[in-house]
Amino acid sequence: PHAGPVESKNEAAMSELVPEPRQKPVVPMKPVGINANLLGYIGIDTIIEQMRKKTMKTGFDFNIMVVGQSGLGKSTLVNTLFKSQVSRKSSGWNREEKIPKTVEIKAIGHVIEEGGVKMKLTVIDTPGFGDQINNENCWEPIEKYINEQYEKFLKEEVNIARKKRIPDTRVHCCLYFISPTGHSLRPLDLEFMKHLSKVVNIIPVIAKADTMTLEEKTEFKQRVRKELEVNGIEFYPQKEFDEDLEDKTENDKIRQESMPFAVVGSDKEYQVNGKRVLGRKTPWGIIEVENLTHCEFALLRDFVIRTHLQDLKEVTHNIHYETYRAKRLNDNGGLPPMTVETEENHESNL
Amino acid sequence: QNDGYRTLSLSGNVGFGSLPDQLVKKSIKQGFCFNILCIGETGSGKSTLINSLFNTDFDDPVSTHFLPSVRLRAQTYELQESNVLLKLTIVNTVGFGDQLNKEDSYQPIVDYIDAQFEAYLQEELKIKRSLFSYHDTRIHVCLYFISPTGHSLKTLDLLTMKSLDSKVNIIPIIGKADSISKTELQKFKNKIMSELVSNGVQIYQFPTDDETVSNSNTIMNGHLPFAVVGSTEEVKIGNKMVRARQYPWGIVQVENENHCDFVKLREMLICTNMEDLREQTHARHYELYRRCRLEEMGFRDIGPENKPVSLQEAYEAKRHEFYLELQRKEEEMRQQFVQRVKEKEAILKEAEQQMQTKFEHRMLMHQEVKLKLEKKKKVLEDEIAMFIEKKANAELVQSQASVSTPVVSLKRDKDRK
Repeated sequence: PHAGPVESKNEAAMSELVPEPRQKPVVPMKPVGINANLLGYIGIDTIIEQMRKKTMKTGFDFNIMVVGQSGLGKSTLVNTLFKSQVSRKSSGWNREEKIPKTVEIKAIGHVIEEGGVKMKLTVIDTPGFGDQINNENCWEPIEKYINEQYEKFLKEEVNIARKKRIPDTRVHCCLYFISPTGHSLRPLDLEFMKHLSKVVNIIPVIAKADTMTLEEKTEFKQRVRKELEVNGIEFYPQKEFDEDLEDKTENDKIRQESMPFAVVGSDKEYQVNGKRVLGRKTPWGIIEVENLTHCEFALLRDFVIRTHLQDLKEVTHNIHYETYRAKRLNDNGGLPPMTVETEENHESNL
Repeated sequence: QNDGYRTLSLSGNVGFGSLPDQLVKKSIKQGFCFNILCIGETGSGKSTLINSLFNTDFDDPVSTHFLPSVRLRAQTYELQESNVLLKLTIVNTVGFGDQLNKEDSYQPIVDYIDAQFEAYLQEELKIKRSLFSYHDTRIHVCLYFISPTGHSLKTLDLLTMKSLDSKVNIIPIIGKADSISKTELQKFKNKIMSELVSNGVQIYQFPTDDETVSNSNTIMNGHLPFAVVGSTEEVKIGNKMVRARQYPWGIVQVENENHCDFVKLREMLICTNMEDLREQTHARHYELYRRCRLEEMGFRDIGPENKPVSLQEAYEAKRHEFYLELQRKEEEMRQQFVQRVKEKEAILKEAEQQMQTKFEHRMLMHQEVKLKLEKKKKVLEDEIAMFIEKKANAELVQSQASVSTPVVSLKRDKDRK
């Protein structure tokens, strides 16, 4: 730590000495210079604190989409994930209401706060997916919606007078709900994931997993993983975006063992062993949602929210969005060149 | 701030409170960039101050006073402290204020700053771009060294700062402040600040919107410009070695806040506001540059009827314009080509003409010479004929004279034959 000179503290004139805005490290780290030899502490590592403070002030956006046939527990799961009524459960279609002809896209946003961190969470529901008699191309409205958000962002980004913070409505994560048949993936599942895994981060989850025993669960998961691999479907976390060895080992374990997460959702609490837990009450017992021996909800929650939330956003921004942008600009003849006079080929600008 | 979104309360722990940590973890992996530009006359203490700030010797060679123009010298270093990796680039002005005519002194600096913005803009406009791995060379802060004259700012200072204040965060510094006494210093500072205000120079203000730092930042804003002393030498004070400058009349300690504002500068620059400096550079100065540049190129957000121009239309229009321009150029080039061919043809024709005349002339000459020669030949032939005649006559006379002595003449005939 830098030596505050002993004399200064004794002098009354130094009463204007500013209070230290940062915490000095308890044990001064011996800095290792790469090019330059550092003697003593400078304070470069305080930039972490500065950055943290700034991001907490601006807050975060997160947009999560849920896709799956009705009745698979999508809304319940999202509400369980975010411990609040972020998604309104649909009561199903009664005879008077007409089943919508196509997939609807419903985006509802809320602001939630935890630990001083403000998050604007938008849940995008897709009622009607897979519910019609003829479900061919039912992913198209979804793909259209996702691309529309990229388009919105792109339009803002190319403005001359840009907003300080471009509102981010892009879908960061798409939870795809697989029906717990216990057999294999349906053609609809494969078609959807094949098309959409190229434009958005897809996290497949096995819904209503309390209908399967442990052995059935393990076998089903293995079969699903195999089928996804055979069909060339890259779900999140995608292998090609592992940044370093640390990421790779961590993500490999998730990809090859944990995913797809077999989950159960609930917004009701019950008393178990003296504690109040979220669960589902059945005649044969209470299924505890956050109990890892009962289902993998906690794994999904930790994965999506506690460890990979920022990464989901970054992959969306740095890869999916960039892919969309590049394709869009290419199709459109590219951006006009920076200088009209020189015809040297900036391959980028033409 | 919530844009009409309902706020929900959570019924339990969700876990996104770790989001800033996730973000920070990623940033640490990527590393940080920080670029400092030092402007000041040769010998104003720039290199020493930087060495003192970062507690290291950056090995910057001393420059002479006799450089013909202002140049900029940039060097990048990698510094690591705990798990933070910083790519620090220090750009120094070399030869600033040394020339007799300083009219162009600040232009190379402005050009350099613009060039870094331009490079970033180019990357941003690429179709296939990689902004997240781009090495950001934009200048985040400009330390402007004011000479410790004790009087006021020089004209060069005002001119330079005025030309830079909308492009970079300026922190004015009084270098080598140990040559000013405390009372003179306060007067000097006040004079400088009032001159800056009256000339409309916008220097960097430490941000006061965050409660945790607004207090200290406000106080610091009042201490500008920082009067600093740098030193690469250490002197023993008590039982510690501190950075100091030793004079016969005392020791100036760099890190003593009574002696100079070095600690304040370091605190403000690195420990409190480094991130804000970076953000201001990106969100304010760069955006301004980008806006001006795009407008320069003819882009508009609003079309002629005040309706927003869609992306598609803008690109189509630009592309069409560019295409027309290309066609025009092509036509121009074609015209030029045709013109040149004509000219060349004319030249060649003329040359041909010349050749032809020369040829005819030569032919004429040839004829003349030929005639002359033939005349000469005739003359010579006549002479030969005459000579032969004379010879024949002479022989006849000879043979008539030699009839009386036949034996001898026969022999002579034989010899002659």
